[in-house]
Amino acid sequence: MTSQPQHIYPDPLVNSETAPYWQACQAGTLQLKRCNACGQTHFYPRAVCPFCLSGDTVWFTASGLGRVYAFSVMRRAEPPYAIAYVTLDEGVTLMTHIVDCAFDGIAIGQRVALAFRQSAGGQAVPVFRPQARLSAEALVGSLS
Amino acid sequence: MSRPCKAYIAGAFEHPTRKAVDKTVPQLHAEVALGALRDAGLESCDVDGYFCAGDAPGLGGLSMAEYMGLNLRHIDTTETGGSSYIAHVGHAVDAIAAGRCSVALITLAGRPRAEGMSSVGARDYGRGAPDVAFEQPYSPLITNLYAMAAQRHMHEHGTTSEQLAAIKVAASHHAQHNERAMLREVVTVEDVVNSPLVADPLHRLDCCVVSDGGGALVLVSPEKAREIGPRCVKVLGQGTAIKHLSAGRVDLTHTGAVTSGPLAFADARLIPADIDYVSIYDSFTITVLMTLEDLGFCAKGQGGRFVSDGNLISGVGRLPFNTDGGGLCNNHPGNRGGMTKVIEAVRQLRGEAHPRVQVRDCTLALAHGTGGSIGTRMGSATVILGRNDA
Ligand SMILES: [Zn+2]
Repeated sequence: MTSQPQHIYPDPLVNSETAPYWQACQAGTLQLKRCNACGQTHFYPRAVCPFCLSGDTVWFTASGLGRVYAFSVMRRAEPPYAIAYVTLDEGVTLMTHIVDCAFDGIAIGQRVALAFRQSAGGQAVPVFRPQARLSAEALVGSLS
Repeated sequence: MSRPCKAYIAGAFEHPTRKAVDKTVPQLHAEVALGALRDAGLESCDVDGYFCAGDAPGLGGLSMAEYMGLNLRHIDTTETGGSSYIAHVGHAVDAIAAGRCSVALITLAGRPRAEGMSSVGARDYGRGAPDVAFEQPYSPLITNLYAMAAQRHMHEHGTTSEQLAAIKVAASHHAQHNERAMLREVVTVEDVVNSPLVADPLHRLDCCVVSDGGGALVLVSPEKAREIGPRCVKVLGQGTAIKHLSAGRVDLTHTGAVTSGPLAFADARLIPADIDYVSIYDSFTITVLMTLEDLGFCAKGQGGRFVSDGNLISGVGRLPFNTDGGGLCNNHPGNRGGMTKVIEAVRQLRGEAHPRVQVRDCTLALAHGTGGSIGTRMGSATVILGRNDA
């Protein structure tokens, strides 16, 4: 299994707006932002609410559960990877990867759960895997 | 009947090159400017308004105005990706109507092919872009972003790869008559769906070409158009829009054409059924299908059925499109296809398209541009054009 080429995740940009998000990932949680002024949750997280421009936005921990909204397997990459938009149970949709499954088994609407991959520089990057227990067959398929 | 019109397209020029090894980008801008001005019977000293977008190097419009020696009263460097040049047509109409200029020049040029920039590579919009931290770790490319829109459209509406392929087939039927087209071979639905998958569900032949070159347009006031003559084409209506990720309320199956299309039709006091010919931005087959739906040429979700059976082929179907072969077969200069969409529409309205693809009695045409990435972060611009006597 270790001989398989792994997708290399570029290091994410960390700045004053994004640092708390990436620190939380390092601690194994996915953080979202909600606005105290209007109550709306948004993604990607910002210092300023995109619904009302209030600066009173606060972090909270997401459930880490959601559904595949759309996906595409990048066949031209070596190794191929499955980019996706996942709609979290909190109502926002984020860009991610679907991992730990056979590409042919990914489906729109599928339940997925939070996982992490290490970036080139060691930062934990949120990805998602099918929520159901993996079958041995699916594990084998993910290597092909 | 004579429809009201605030400005005319008097000159249009498409650079003949498809690979510009020994030319610079500013040089290409100047060459297309000269071509469009000659086409209009004007000179560079006549230009008093200039429009360009993100492909113009240096300080953009300032650098290009200096390079070409333009003396301007008006400048507009609106940047909405590949849709920019169609937005510029609308802005030029407004500027002319407001008396801010009387001869407006719009240019586009690029050489991604000579520079080895692939259509499937990641675009670098700079580390200052606020989305970068949350997207770049996942290697979003132009291809897989459009592919996700296609996948979602298939899921919601039952659209098939064969239906998408019919769009490439139609483009190839037109490109066979264009001696400058990069892909002149007529392809079948089977050829498209059997070509290698690039990013599911998009195949290699669902993608546009990568080419160098560019194009230019010259717009003039109605007074000047009367002097220049009947090759001038009317701009009857225009609309622009943007669409983004809406703070995480993602919707990949609608484009900005939902907004820009109705604006343009209302401006022109026309409806989709009035249109004789369409130039539709075709970075990928899915771009065309979703745009046709959102412009109202068919119901949402019916695009797959609409484009099948040769309906987009000139002389065969009910809505001839991209008769130069479009970005899918002819060229896609600078990875920005908006300019060439207007140019082929102008050819059609002048009766100067290739005789094998010329739409009979072509009176009203629509050109539409898409910029950025469809459904996610995109610009959208629609113009409706009319023959001189429309
Ligand atoms: Zn708010």
